[in-house]
Amino acid sequence: MQRRNFLKGAGALLAGGVLPVSLVEVAFGKTKTENFTFAYISDSHIQQIKGNSFVRSFDRGLIRAVAECNMLDPKPDFVIYGGDLAQLGSKPEIDHGLEIMSACKHKVHYVLGEHDYYLDLGKYWQSQLGPHWYSFDHKGVHFVVLNSILVDDKWINKWSSGEERMGVMAGLDNPLGSPFMVGAAQRAWLKQDLNKVSKDTPLVIFSHSPLQKIYKGWNFWTDDAEQIQALLKPFSKVNVFYGHVHQIQYNQIGNISFHSVMATAWPWPYPSTYSQAGSHLPKLTVEMNRADPFFERDATGWQFIDVWSGNSTVQYQLPENNTRTVAFNTKSKRPEDKQYQSKGKRIPPQDHY
Amino acid sequence: MKVIMVCSGILAMVLTTVVQAATPVGLPAVPVPKNNPQSPDKIKLGEKLFLDKRFSADGTVSCSTCHDPARAFTDSPLKVSEGIKKLTGTRNAPTVVNAAYMEKQFWDGREPDLEGQSAGPFINPVEMGLKNHEPILQIVRSDPEYQKLFKKVFKASGKQITMKHVQQAIASFERTVISGNSPFDRFYFTGDKSALNEKEQRGLQVFLGQGRCVSCHTISQTHALFTDSRFHNLGVGFDRINKDVKELANAYQAARKKGIDVDVEVLTNKNTSELGRFAVSTQLRDLGGFKTPTLRNVAVTGPYMHDGSMETLRDVVVFYNNGGRVKESDPFFDFQSGGIRPLDLSDDQIDDLVAFLEALTSPEHKK
Repeated sequence: MQRRNFLKGAGALLAGGVLPVSLVEVAFGKTKTENFTFAYISDSHIQQIKGNSFVRSFDRGLIRAVAECNMLDPKPDFVIYGGDLAQLGSKPEIDHGLEIMSACKHKVHYVLGEHDYYLDLGKYWQSQLGPHWYSFDHKGVHFVVLNSILVDDKWINKWSSGEERMGVMAGLDNPLGSPFMVGAAQRAWLKQDLNKVSKDTPLVIFSHSPLQKIYKGWNFWTDDAEQIQALLKPFSKVNVFYGHVHQIQYNQIGNISFHSVMATAWPWPYPSTYSQAGSHLPKLTVEMNRADPFFERDATGWQFIDVWSGNSTVQYQLPENNTRTVAFNTKSKRPEDKQYQSKGKRIPPQDHY
Repeated sequence: MKVIMVCSGILAMVLTTVVQAATPVGLPAVPVPKNNPQSPDKIKLGEKLFLDKRFSADGTVSCSTCHDPARAFTDSPLKVSEGIKKLTGTRNAPTVVNAAYMEKQFWDGREPDLEGQSAGPFINPVEMGLKNHEPILQIVRSDPEYQKLFKKVFKASGKQITMKHVQQAIASFERTVISGNSPFDRFYFTGDKSALNEKEQRGLQVFLGQGRCVSCHTISQTHALFTDSRFHNLGVGFDRINKDVKELANAYQAARKKGIDVDVEVLTNKNTSELGRFAVSTQLRDLGGFKTPTLRNVAVTGPYMHDGSMETLRDVVVFYNNGGRVKESDPFFDFQSGGIRPLDLSDDQIDDLVAFLEALTSPEHKK
């Protein structure tokens, strides 16, 4: 599993993710001639077993993503790494992950994930990759990278060690975790950052957790999501891309389109048969009911995202499965699966909390 | 009473025609497309076409040259197939045995069915070398034997006879080339515990467990096709293109847009051949991917892999044991399928596994 996303700039945004990588084509840049693409890789969960031994399938997922990324034609202008490069946030894991990423021939912007953070509160990650949140402009589009996986100090300080804290947070459906948030300091920064940007400038926001509330039990959640959304509300074209969930998600809240990208490590949830003897997959208590556990790419995939006039049309390329298209419906003003759900069967997109 | 007897008589006749022969132990019923039902005459015609050398540019090559019934429908021990004038292609001839069950045909799945597959080799320059299918039609339209058979089977004569008929007849014959009933089948599906010796039984356990073979070479509860009909990059032959893979893939994609002949390209260009399934789909996920072959009769169909690069079954098992590398010192390729990984099998386990693979030979192909 890998993902690739590309963005092209000129009037439509096209994002696509294939196996390991997601490709986003942004075609809504201000200058009409400047279409561009960027690639998106996320959630590799590089995990050290002992010494020089790392979980092989997670290594291979990222290696493959980088290799495919290097093959892309046209070349992406840059790559976004969507967070959770490491599994338990250690120096060897981050180093090993960055070593694999070093084969990538393009400029990479990194997003911080909770697995990179809770051992040392992101110190080593920062020493290698820089600030936890930042923004940049590219060909008329304003990009913002947020650290959305913060929690309150009380939770941070309740553990006897960083290892214990990381271990608890790494539990996938562990009720001992704490809801993620962006936090007051970063919100103040974001407000200031966006003040400098005209309201018709296309915005693309990258976060690790979804900037919307999906399911608290799995921490598919950002506690101050409403406040972030309020800051994004004045802008005419807003797209939020996030990792973390290892599955297909899309939603529309007001003017903001949300899309997840897939993981290179494992699908979520995975079936009981997916974890065989000697597996290093994190423990899962609710397993996926899925027919084909031997097919390594099952429940992974990539997507082409065409963000036309700032609205996303996401075409999911699912290995050995039917392609699905989730497109913005201009009448109902929300993303909808074009083929697979009749209106009666559709799960309503979230528009309240 | 009389009426009932007449009815059952008709029923019995219908059944014989459809079933043809009892399905061997270990195999499901052969899937037959609705638009090409089996019939004894069509099968006979298909076999005649399959054996006819006149359908090649110099009259020396028939389908059976590379798919020799005496060699379990392969050209073992050749590495890659030889066509007219001893010209060689890029790929090891896959067996016709049980090809009827394959969801796609050719190593890269470039044809969906046996009907489609059968038309390709006639006009490939390194196989039967015809410029087009016209010479075949001239022969079958004028040869008295063929005239009689095509009339009987397809009610067609003269210009009414088309390549579609030729392809359908060959495919019908190939749907009768099925083999099961190996020692493994008798052991696993009929409960004959003496069919496999202890070594072979240990090998079966390696096959199902630590060897991870069954992940792709599938065995189900009622039958075993030993293939998942999918495409995997094992790392075989990929070193040829690994360094220049981006340039090759991009150049190939550009050439495809201009409309090259995929069948000719993959058999005449060694680099293109190694692109595998990608040459058909042009999807990056398929780079260097080749179809999982059946393992039935594998002991008599060497050498192995899509390029015939491995001579013995032990070579193949050692290759997998090294995580998809001939030698442990060889590199892993970025595009290798994530399911391939070092297996940590002992020498004894390797021997057991090879013994098990040798127990997959059907009685009719045993040497």
